[in-house]
Amino acid sequence: MKITEAFTLALKNIRTSKMRTFLTMLGIIIGVMAVIVIVGLGNGLSNYVTESFSSLGTNTLTVSVSGRGSSTRNVSVDQMYELVDENSEYLEYISPTVNVSGGVRIDGEQLYYTSTTGVGEDYFKIKNYTVASGRGISFGDIDQRKSVCVIGAYLNDTYFGGSGVGETLRVGGRMFTVVGVLEASSSEPEEGGTDDAVYIPYSTAARLSGTTINSYTITMRSEDYASESKAVLEDALLEIFGDSDSYSVISMSEMLESMTSMINVLVYVLAGIAAISLLVGGIGIMNIMLVSVTERTREIGVRKSLGAKERYILEQFIIEAAVTSALGGSLGIVLGYGLSAIASTVASSAIGSSFTVDPGLSAVMLAFGISAGIGVLFGFLPARKAARLNPIEALHFD
Amino acid sequence: MSALIEFQKVSKIYKMGDATVVAANEISMRIQKGEFVSIVGSSGSGKSTCMNIIGCLDVPTSGTYLLDGRDVGSMNKNELAEIRNKMLGFIFQQYNLLPKLNILENVEVPLMYRGVPRAKRHELAKAALEKVGLGDKLRHRPSQLSGGQQQRVSIARALAGDPAVILADEPTGALDSRTGREVLAMLQELHNQGHTVVLITHDNSIAVEAERIIRLEDGNVVYDGPSDAPEAVVTARKREKGAVGQ
Ligand SMILES: Nc1ncnc2c1ncn2[C@@H]1O[C@H](COP(=O)(O)OP(=O)(O)O)[C@@H](O)[C@H]1O
Ligand SMILES: [Mg+2]
Repeated sequence: MKITEAFTLALKNIRTSKMRTFLTMLGIIIGVMAVIVIVGLGNGLSNYVTESFSSLGTNTLTVSVSGRGSSTRNVSVDQMYELVDENSEYLEYISPTVNVSGGVRIDGEQLYYTSTTGVGEDYFKIKNYTVASGRGISFGDIDQRKSVCVIGAYLNDTYFGGSGVGETLRVGGRMFTVVGVLEASSSEPEEGGTDDAVYIPYSTAARLSGTTINSYTITMRSEDYASESKAVLEDALLEIFGDSDSYSVISMSEMLESMTSMINVLVYVLAGIAAISLLVGGIGIMNIMLVSVTERTREIGVRKSLGAKERYILEQFIIEAAVTSALGGSLGIVLGYGLSAIASTVASSAIGSSFTVDPGLSAVMLAFGISAGIGVLFGFLPARKAARLNPIEALHFD
Repeated sequence: MSALIEFQKVSKIYKMGDATVVAANEISMRIQKGEFVSIVGSSGSGKSTCMNIIGCLDVPTSGTYLLDGRDVGSMNKNELAEIRNKMLGFIFQQYNLLPKLNILENVEVPLMYRGVPRAKRHELAKAALEKVGLGDKLRHRPSQLSGGQQQRVSIARALAGDPAVILADEPTGALDSRTGREVLAMLQELHNQGHTVVLITHDNSIAVEAERIIRLEDGNVVYDGPSDAPEAVVTARKREKGAVGQ
């Protein structure tokens, strides 16, 4: 008997009991669907995080000086600049950053979502922002604590009709002259987004908010130097503070890595849980196959009396289980893709940027393979039971 | 010439706990090619045991069974399956057709296990069904046919592979007497065409359809001879009367 005959026979048996086959497959369908959607979500999340981080610049380090701990010492801006200069084989640019709270006013209108940041002259280079018109923040602005600012495209378009240079706005009650406008970072600049921002000299910002400068963004020559760069900065800061609790050095690429590995762990755990349903599905198949073997005892006896060898009976039942399971797997894949498409749409509109739930071909192939494999695995026991039936007893079974 | 079926002191002993049942007690017999033989006896006399052994569904506890000169007792399960497939055609009391297959597919089953290619299989199965007068119902399911028609399908299935022996186990047991006679006539016809037919029955009136009768009692052969001899059916009755008289 050829293997194709066994397939034909299996399909015939599946066709004659569609409802039962469907219920048998349900565990596999749900399992495969769940695995596909979860892996797809994980991939989507991973991609989303990677994209978000690379827009922040994976070659940047952030140094935060907390001043907490036992130390009363501090590090000056000049010391930080020197530190970068001394380690120029790893480090390239540095900019202090000062967050200014207290809102922006343009023509008497209070803007609540606009962010104001005090920055150094290299900040736009670090961030890969381009000045579209006017100029950036210069050393002179910083040195003299000038009341000048560079604004994002959203503000320029919305409040200054696209020609903001030379106009004025107020931050914290103080008047600033717009000296430059940045290029839009997205095709549709929106309120509260990257393009809804005001940048002023860090020295002015520190004075305005009455704080010391305690945060720096530093770029590396290459993101491969993340660990070296971090080490030199930490060593130097430890020497200054004598206490490792007073500062922290965070590398974006390391953060991305730890985020991605966390997402991966999460996905593995969830996919593992979903895979348990595959196991349950497999047991369901075994259960129904055992029932089926009992129901078809007489058929097995007849087949044996007509000359079926044990191997043929074994093949017939294993193939039936595998076809059932693989069919369930295929259905699960189709449903999983459908659900992924829906999830993509929902997630994209929820977070307001493109989010793709895509399990990828390899995960799908694996899911299909596993479901067929489960059929073979869990079909084996019932099939062997069938194959080993005593033909005389099987013939007289009713 | 050597016999097609030869039993040499064939015994079958069933052990049930402490008790042992001797279902066949050193039975020796020979059935030649082309014979029509009835194996007859009352319930529990050992007919099914003999039929299982002849049909290679079971092997003797002791003694030798030669089928066409080959020792069946030394064969493994696979070899037995192959012998059943090639040498034997079974006709069962309950027809034992596969309900999910149409009757053409049913007749094809033994041919499929033999590895006959699809087209050839169709041809042989169709020819066998035409021979039993069901050539116009090839696509019918067994459940759509009457009992007599179903038994004819099972005869076609037994015939299709052109086996050396046709083994019929109470083939008329589930049929009314008229349909039963038709089936018996069909077996007679097969015998006339040169097939070897072994008919197993408890019913003397059916057993006499064969040309030879082997009568079993408690696992022993008590008569082996022509069916038209007076002792063929009388032996048992005499004994029964004697038993009643005691
Ligand atoms: N599988 C078995 N296990 C135990 N005893 C059996 C078995 N098969 C048959 N027997 C016994 O063997 C004897 C002969 O049985 P069987 O060949 O079925 O007789 P018949 O078919 O003539 O009624 C009976 O006593 C029966 O109980
Ligand atoms: Mg019996």
